[in-house]
Amino acid sequence: MDARRATTTVPRVRQVGFFTPNAPPAQPSRTHSFPLDSSSPPLSNSPVNNSLSPVMIPPSRHLSDNLVHRATSPLPVPEPSAFRRPIRSHYVAVVGSYNPTESLLGSSPPLASPSSRVIGDGEFSEESSAGWFRRSNSAKFASSFSGAFDLTSVKSSETGGFHQVKKPVVAQPKEEKSGAAAFVEPQINKVLSSSSSTKPLKEKTTKAERRALQEAQRAAKAAAKDMTVSVGVSTSKPVKHQPAQRKDAPPPASSIAVSDRKGVERSMEKERRKDIPAPRMQFDDKSRVEKAKKRAVVNQSEARNRVELFRHLPQYEHGTQLPDLESKFFQLDPMHPAVYKVGLQYLAGDISGGNARCIAMLQAFQEVIKDYSTPPEKSLTRDLTAKISSFVSFFTECRPLSMSMGNTIRFLKSRIAKLPLTFSESEAKASLCADIDRFINEKIVLADNVIIRHAVTKIMDGDVLLTYGSSCVVEMILLYAHELGKQFRVVIVDSRPKLKGQALLRRLVGKGLSCTYTHINAVSYIMHEVTRVFLGSSSVLSNGTVYSRVGTACVAMVAHAFHVPVLICCEAYKFHERVLLDSICSNELGDPDALSKVPGRMDINYLDDLTNKDNMQLLNLMYDATPSEYVSMIITDYGMIPPTSVPVIVREYGREYLWI
Amino acid sequence: MWWRSPSFILDKQQSDTVPHQRNPPDTLPLHSPPPFSMADTLQNPNPENNISAYYQTRAAHHAVVTGDWLAQAQAAIGRDPDDSTDTTVATVAGKPFSVIDEFNSWRKQPELAEAVAAIRALAAVIRNCQATTMMELEIELKKASDSLKSGDTTSISLTAGCDLFMRYVTRTSALEYEDFDSAKSRLIERAEKFGEISCKARRIIAMLSQDFIFDGCTILVHGFSRVVFEVLKTAAQSKKLFRVFCTEGRPDRSGLRLSNELAKLDVPVKLLIDSAVAYTMDEVDMVFVGADGVVESGGIINMMGTFQIALVAHSMNKPVYVAAESYKFARLYPLDQKDMVPALCPIDFGVPIPSKVEVETSARDYTPPQYLTLLFTDLGVLTPSVVSDELIQLYL
Repeated sequence: MDARRATTTVPRVRQVGFFTPNAPPAQPSRTHSFPLDSSSPPLSNSPVNNSLSPVMIPPSRHLSDNLVHRATSPLPVPEPSAFRRPIRSHYVAVVGSYNPTESLLGSSPPLASPSSRVIGDGEFSEESSAGWFRRSNSAKFASSFSGAFDLTSVKSSETGGFHQVKKPVVAQPKEEKSGAAAFVEPQINKVLSSSSSTKPLKEKTTKAERRALQEAQRAAKAAAKDMTVSVGVSTSKPVKHQPAQRKDAPPPASSIAVSDRKGVERSMEKERRKDIPAPRMQFDDKSRVEKAKKRAVVNQSEARNRVELFRHLPQYEHGTQLPDLESKFFQLDPMHPAVYKVGLQYLAGDISGGNARCIAMLQAFQEVIKDYSTPPEKSLTRDLTAKISSFVSFFTECRPLSMSMGNTIRFLKSRIAKLPLTFSESEAKASLCADIDRFINEKIVLADNVIIRHAVTKIMDGDVLLTYGSSCVVEMILLYAHELGKQFRVVIVDSRPKLKGQALLRRLVGKGLSCTYTHINAVSYIMHEVTRVFLGSSSVLSNGTVYSRVGTACVAMVAHAFHVPVLICCEAYKFHERVLLDSICSNELGDPDALSKVPGRMDINYLDDLTNKDNMQLLNLMYDATPSEYVSMIITDYGMIPPTSVPVIVREYGREYLWI
Repeated sequence: MWWRSPSFILDKQQSDTVPHQRNPPDTLPLHSPPPFSMADTLQNPNPENNISAYYQTRAAHHAVVTGDWLAQAQAAIGRDPDDSTDTTVATVAGKPFSVIDEFNSWRKQPELAEAVAAIRALAAVIRNCQATTMMELEIELKKASDSLKSGDTTSISLTAGCDLFMRYVTRTSALEYEDFDSAKSRLIERAEKFGEISCKARRIIAMLSQDFIFDGCTILVHGFSRVVFEVLKTAAQSKKLFRVFCTEGRPDRSGLRLSNELAKLDVPVKLLIDSAVAYTMDEVDMVFVGADGVVESGGIINMMGTFQIALVAHSMNKPVYVAAESYKFARLYPLDQKDMVPALCPIDFGVPIPSKVEVETSARDYTPPQYLTLLFTDLGVLTPSVVSDELIQLYL
C-alpha cells in the first residue's frame, strides 16, 4: 500500500507532568487521534465518540467543585470536568476546575459564557492569530502561557494549565483581547467590579514576568487595532452584533474607544498590582534591605561573610537579638503576646519542624482572634487581615516562613475574606477559631493518621528502614508499625550540626525498636542493606521536587543508585504550586558558627580565630531540593501517589481549603 | 538490597532450620514456594495447591496448550466457586440469586473479560435486588462485589473492575433528589452503560493504536492478550503490512496460541523462545504487551517476562506499548517485584525436578513506568503518569 508511514500525523498523547509547552498544538481531542486520512477505513461512528468511557464517573467530589461548575457552565452539562468527549466550541471556554479563566469567570458567570457563545468561530480565529502575534513579540510570555490560549482543545488547555501558575493574570489579557471588539468593554468593567469583590487567589509573579506581561499587552493592543480593521472585515460572524462600530468605525470613534480602554486598563493594572504580592525580598538589594530594617521589630545584625551565591537570602548573627527583643516587649503594643511568644520561640529554635511551627502559629492566631475587637470605623475583614499580615511579617523576621506556613496563612486570610457580612463580630470570631481548629485537625492531625495507615502497608517483616534526621510523621509510622508487631530494623542517618536524629533514636530505642545510628558520611555503606527509605519533607512542589531538610537529597540519591525505593511522607497541605529546580533560589541560611564550633570538643578549634577573615565564608544551608526522579512514591492524605501526580492534587484540592 | 548481602544468606540458613514465628512466605516471597510441596515434586511437578485462582481462570480462558495440570486446574475451577456459592448466596425474598452464578454464566463467554463478566453480574444484582432503600441496595451491592472479589483475590482486573463499578454506579448526583424507584432505574441504566462501555473498550483500544502501527514494522508481542490480539487483528484487517514476533510465553505457552491465531489471519509470525528477546530486539520496532493490571504509578503488572522485555527494549530505545482497558486500573502501588500479592503458577520443566531445588512459581511481574512508553486505553493514549491522574479523579 502506498500509505507507508502515512500516519506521520503524530498521534496525540495525553501527558501529565513536565514537557515542553511549545510542543505542536494538540489536536481537538485525543479520542480523535485516529486520523481520518489514514489508510484504514474511516470510523466516523467510532464508539469513542458516542459513549462515555467506564472511568468517566462524574465525580461529585466536593460540593465546591459542583458549585463552580454549575455556576460557570452555560449548558446543563452535569460535570464538565469529567467529560472526555470532543467538546464543542461554545462551552470550551469554561471546562473543568483547571480552567485558567475560572478565577474571573467563576465570579461572573452570565457574562463570560454568552460572549464566548456569541462570538463563536470568529473569536477563535481572532484568538489564534492574536496568539501568534504575541508569541513572536515576547517569546517568554507566549511559551509559558501558550497552553492557555489554545482554546481549540480542552485537553491541551488542561495540560497547559498544569504549568502555569498565574491563572488570573493569563485570564485578563484574554478578556482584553476579545475586547478588540468594542462591545466587550462593559464586560471588562463588570469583571473588574466583580473581581474586586471576590478576591482571586494571590499569585506570585516576578518583576520580569510582569514586565513581559505588560509588553505583551501593549503588543496585543497594537494587534487589536489592526485586527479591528482586518478581522472585522474578514469574519462576518462576530460583526453581527456591532456592525456599525466594527465595519466602518470612523477613526475618532475608535480612538475614543481606545483611550477609554486605556483608562480601564490602567485601573485593571492597579487591581492586578494589588492582587500580586510583592516578590520575595531579595536581601542583596541594599536599598530595600535598608527600608525593611527601619520597619523591622526584630533587630537582627547581619553576618558579614556571606557566600556569593546565597546573598539573596537573609543571614543573621544568631543569639544576639533575644535580650534586645525582650527589653522591647513593652514598647511593642501592637504585637499580641501570643504572637510574640511564638516568634521568640521560632527565633530561639525551640519550635522546629513544619507541623509544629504551623500549629504554633495557628494557635497564636487563634489567641489573637479571641482577643480581637474591631476598632471603630473599621471593618473586621480588612482590619484583621492587616493585623495578621503584620504578625506574619514579624514571624518572617524571626525565621523565614516555610511553604506550608504560607499555605496556612493563605487559608486563614481567605477565611477572613469570605466571612459573611451579616456575621456579628463575636460570630465571626467564633467561626474563625473553629476554622483554625478544623484546619489543625483535618489537615495535620487526621492527615498524619491517614499517612501512617498507608505507609504501614509498605513495611514488611524483615525490612530494614532508613530515615534521615527526625520527621514526626516517619516517627509515628515506625512506632505504629512496631505496635502492629512487624519485625523490622531502623537505620537512622543523621548529620551535623543539628543532630536531630539523636532525639529520634532515643525515643525509638525507648520504645524497643532495634535501631542503627549513623552519620550521613556512611550512607553509601549502609544503603546496601536497606529495603525502604522513609523521609519526611517540608514541602512538595508541583514538579515533584521535594523540599526538605538539607541532606535529604543526598540520601535519596544514594538510595536511588542502590535501587532502594524512596517514600516521602508529606501532608497535602504542604503541597505547593510553585516549581523549584535547585535549592539556591529558595532556601534558608542557618547559623554559620554552628559549622565551625563543635560543642564539647575543645580540641577541634581550628576555625576559632578565622571566622572574621574576609576570605573564608561559611555556608550553613537548611534545606535542599530532591529531584522527583529519586522519589518512588509520595504518601499523602489522599493516598499513595507518584511524584508526577502532585500537580493533580494541587489542582484538584488546592482550593479545597478555601471551602472547608 | 539486603537479601543480596552475605548476612542475609546466613540469616536465611538459620531461618530455614528454625521455624518462623510469623508467616513470611506471603510477605517475603523469597521464602516461597513452601517446602511441603517439594516431596511430591518428583512424581508430579505441579501440585495443585500451588495454583492461584488467577492462573486457573487464565488457563480456562486462553485454552492453554495441554498439560496434565490443565485437568487439575479445571477441576479446581469447578471446585472453587462451588464452595463459595454456598456461602454467598444472597437469598432475596425466597428467590435465591447468586452473584457468583451470574458471574460464572457470564464468564463462560470466551470473549468476555473476567472484569466485564463481574460488571455484568453486579448489574444483575441491582436488577434483582428487592431492597427498598438506597442504603440497603448499596449494602447488598457491596456484599456482592466483596463475594466476587473474594472468589479470586489474585486477579487485579476483577478487583479493580468491581471497585470501579461501585464508584461509577453509586456516585451519581441524581440519587439525592429522586425517589427510590427512579433512582434504581437510573442505577440500572448506568450499570448497563458501564457494562456496554467495558465491552467496547477493546474495540476502542484497537482503533486508537492503529496510528502507531506503520507499514513494514516489526512488533514483538509477549504472551497472549486479547486486547493485543484485537489490535493486531484490526491492523491486519486494515491491510497494514507488519510482522509479529511472538515469544513462546512459558510456562503456559500462550505465545503459541497467539502465533496460531495470527497465522490464521495471514500475518507473518515468527516464534521465539522467551530467552531470545534480547537477540531479536534490534529487528524489533515496537513491543506490544497487554496487562493484568495497571497500577497507580503507571506501571503494569503482567505475565512473567514482561519486565525483562521492557528492560531490554528500554536499553535499546524501542518503544514499549501497553494495551489495557481502563477497568484494569487498580489502586495498587507496588514498590518492587516482591511488593505484590503473589500469583503462583505451575511450571512444567519436562523432567523431574529434584526435591532440593526450589522453583520460582510467580506468574506475574511488575514493570515500572519508566520502562513503558505509552498506554493504550479506552480513555485514550496515555503516558504512564496520567494513570495516577485518572485514578485520583476516580477514587478521591
